[in-house]
Amino acid sequence: MSTRDFTAAPVHHGPAGLGPAGLGPAGLGPAGPRDGRLPRILWPDGTPPDPSLATHLRRHGPPPSLSRNHELEQLWDEVLRAGVLGRGGAGFPLFSKLRSVPRAGRSPVVIANGTEGEPASDKDKVLLLQSPHLVLDGIDVAAALVGAARAFLVAPDEVLLSLGRALDERHRASSVPVHLVPAARGFVAGEASAVVSWIERGSALPRMTPPRLAHSGLSKRPTLVHNVETLAHLALVARHGADWYRQAGTPEEPGSMLATLSGACTHPGVREVEIGRPLVELLEIGGTDPDRLGAVLVGGYSAAWVRARDVASLALSRASLRGVGASLGAGIVAALPRERCGLVESSRVVDYLAGESAGQCGPCIFGLAAVAAELGALALRGQGDPGLLRRWTNQLDGRGACAHPDGVARFVRSTLEVFGAEVESHLAGWCTGTSDVPVLPVPGPRGR
Amino acid sequence: MRLVVDPIACDGRGLCAEALPELFTLDDWGFPIVVRDQLDERLEEEAAEVARLCPRLALRLVT
Repeated sequence: MSTRDFTAAPVHHGPAGLGPAGLGPAGLGPAGPRDGRLPRILWPDGTPPDPSLATHLRRHGPPPSLSRNHELEQLWDEVLRAGVLGRGGAGFPLFSKLRSVPRAGRSPVVIANGTEGEPASDKDKVLLLQSPHLVLDGIDVAAALVGAARAFLVAPDEVLLSLGRALDERHRASSVPVHLVPAARGFVAGEASAVVSWIERGSALPRMTPPRLAHSGLSKRPTLVHNVETLAHLALVARHGADWYRQAGTPEEPGSMLATLSGACTHPGVREVEIGRPLVELLEIGGTDPDRLGAVLVGGYSAAWVRARDVASLALSRASLRGVGASLGAGIVAALPRERCGLVESSRVVDYLAGESAGQCGPCIFGLAAVAAELGALALRGQGDPGLLRRWTNQLDGRGACAHPDGVARFVRSTLEVFGAEVESHLAGWCTGTSDVPVLPVPGPRGR
Repeated sequence: MRLVVDPIACDGRGLCAEALPELFTLDDWGFPIVVRDQLDERLEEEAAEVARLCPRLALRLVT
């Protein structure tokens, strides 16, 4: 993505997304977020983001007091009723994850994960730049709920400077010490156990579970690894309550979400949208021409392609996307233009993903390389065997310490299905694509 | 009980699949796939034995 759009466009509440009245000079009075409208996390369109603590407090009000037992119990109840799902990709319920930490024993550790290894995702970086204090509030809340005495915030180099400043601003306001850790690079570096290994030993290698991180993670302490956006949602729930939180989203998947738009669109970038809005609405905001659309990658590189003809019937929710075998993942929406061959595009991605194996598990090392080579042969020379690709992807599910092989298998199966016509034409010796301009971001080779 | 392979420890020596073919199959790269989810008593004993024999100690019996 060459252009980054750091503004948040509301999808459904008018052009500026501002509340009807009572807003402060920069559209930031408490009435804005308090009425449940969007944007809740990012900044309204046309408003220059102000990440300072003072503005944060003006916009969201003071953080809730969590020092007494009954306050904590009430918060547990609000978190349960809010029904937030994790925003790192898997969509695991936030309440269950917090609850999985043992109530007795060694004090737990909270890790806010902003590693964002997905090349087509920018939402965690944008969130940390625009609303760092919402994430830091979320760390405080999570720490209070599970009784953590220490926390880590793992974030990419680009945002460390501003995060350092945000931490300085609130050094007395935070209830738990937060250590800022520069994130490791690489696709699997954001996987929860890899993040723990990165903080602990400086190598971002996933490990096998069990033991679950909630029982034995960093220095064998109970460890919670939350995506930074999930923590921002937790902060909103703690401030405004579950009823307020559920004013956006669907009953099963409440709240707003951050999506990263890229590909064939005139306005790529990160948007805050309500979960459950039509997929086509988001594409329109990004300036995608529906007549030029070939397919859409939704979720990320471990997720699935969606056919252009299915776009109109789909919503931005896990429930809706499940119907076509896709998922919301980490909120990636990449539009493939019609003139670009999906097979060639997918082959580039799978080459990259195969190279991103942590190199620990045999099926991942050998299987991903084999799959990438076969798909490459099909895409570039019309010689690969789709049957063999199906056989191999079926051998990859559940075969690694982490879910990287499963993710590649899912992506390749989706490629063969959605671009089935292209597969046939490649085997017949011709490619339907008329553009050689790459669409999906694929980082170059790097040192480990 | 069921048997799980620790894919990090496993080197694909293949001893398990040779010793207990009703429990393992090998993928196209020679790494074991556990084909049975639940083990009866007899298989459980044999699985425990093959876990002891694994040169990489990559097999675990879990509940």
